[in-house]
Amino acid sequence: MSDYPETYRYTKEHEWVAVDGDTGTVGITFHAQKELGDIVYVDLPRAGTKVEAGKSFGSVESVKAVSDIYSPVTGEVVDINADLADGPEKLNEDPHGAAWLVKIRLADMGEVETLLSLEDYLAYIEA
Amino acid sequence: MSELLKTPLNAAHRALGARMVDFGGWDMPVQYTGIIDEHTAVRTAAGLFDVSHMGEIEVRGPQALELVNYVTTNDASKLAVGQVHYSGLMYETGCFVDDILVHKVSDAEYFLCVNASNQDKDFAHIEQWRREKGFDCEVVNRGPELAQIAVQGPKAIQILQKLTKTDLAAIKYYWFADGEVSRERARIARTGYTGEDGFEIYVAPEQAEARWRELLAAGEEFGLKPCGLGARNTLRLEAGMALYGHEIDASITPYEAGLGWIVKPAKGEFLGSDVLARQKAEGVKRKLIGFEMRGRGIGRDGYEIRVDGVAAGWVTSGGPSPTLGKNIGFGYLPVDKAVAGTAIEVVVRSQAVEAVAIPTPFYKRAK
Repeated sequence: MSDYPETYRYTKEHEWVAVDGDTGTVGITFHAQKELGDIVYVDLPRAGTKVEAGKSFGSVESVKAVSDIYSPVTGEVVDINADLADGPEKLNEDPHGAAWLVKIRLADMGEVETLLSLEDYLAYIEA
Repeated sequence: MSELLKTPLNAAHRALGARMVDFGGWDMPVQYTGIIDEHTAVRTAAGLFDVSHMGEIEVRGPQALELVNYVTTNDASKLAVGQVHYSGLMYETGCFVDDILVHKVSDAEYFLCVNASNQDKDFAHIEQWRREKGFDCEVVNRGPELAQIAVQGPKAIQILQKLTKTDLAAIKYYWFADGEVSRERARIARTGYTGEDGFEIYVAPEQAEARWRELLAAGEEFGLKPCGLGARNTLRLEAGMALYGHEIDASITPYEAGLGWIVKPAKGEFLGSDVLARQKAEGVKRKLIGFEMRGRGIGRDGYEIRVDGVAAGWVTSGGPSPTLGKNIGFGYLPVDKAVAGTAIEVVVRSQAVEAVAIPTPFYKRAK
């Protein structure tokens, strides 16, 4: 499904974040998985890892190549999507939903406001 | 940045929704529906590939054989008219200018299929040695005058047979026939780069799009899928076939690459023959191995290989094998370590991951 949720915020590196309270759920976009092709591995940080906005916290590997995943926000990883270890192809199927990557406790709630809105992101990928 | 080169099928790929990439200066489809999907189609049914970026060079004249045999490792004097063999185009160093297919058209004409990104270099190299040695023949770069379409897979023969009167069953593996496809001239070779049965068809560029569409239509009932360079790479990797710029290049000899079978010293002197004779007598210092990942990760081009915790070699190609469900690859190791069964580690993003050297090809089709 290629629906891009209106409530998510996006990055130019093709990640999204959905904020609920002080926690942000992070994933990669439909556009990102399409560019990558068949995804075969997902490397994620452990819970407890401190991540920084704009810095790589893991990688996604497709048949063709490896790509870094950049954290959209600063904070601490509080949960990871364990289903992706055995089912990386879920990232191709439902990147905006069931195939979220990590949940991050946000260090700075204001940071999210600096990210792209849906409208800006779609304009960016269509440019 | 200079303009990307386009094959005559560029518009057809875009119309099919292919994802296009810059491949050595060519605007080529990397995938249509997905690499694994396309890969599986070739192993179980058939796939259609645009390989028009590949180069073609003709060597014609009374001493065509002498020139071909001088610049390549295999012995073209053993070819019958209509036969094809794999060979190495050599520097005087005994290393690869390119790996090529040599087709014998007649006693005075040989047709070479060469790698896309090497075609200008190959042509200049062959032409230089023609002049140097004064062989009575001409070398013609036919790349721009030919498109090439590959139909590969167990159903390839049935699909192509719908469009040609040439009896395809009569063409043996690594032989070719000049005939017609859809009543237009075509050179039909039973060759390929996938490890499956199949054909590579050479046609005039202005005919390419019509042949592509007809083949897609003819193959529909057999499950034929258009395939991009992504699947072409995973297929050749499983089949244990070398890719120039990875397993072989201007610093690698055929013996190191496990391609001693394409070197025929008995034919007499050729470029690099003295170096290769010495290397054969003394033995190689490093050798290409196949490996299979045991731990989680994929060894990719350029990654370090360790043996007993010490850096020992490097990966030349690697990726998932859709057919085998494993992660496989090729790499170079010192000859004493380049033995099937040797436990190795591949350094995947600063993590040493367990792997083991295994024999190649990784995949062999049932005959």
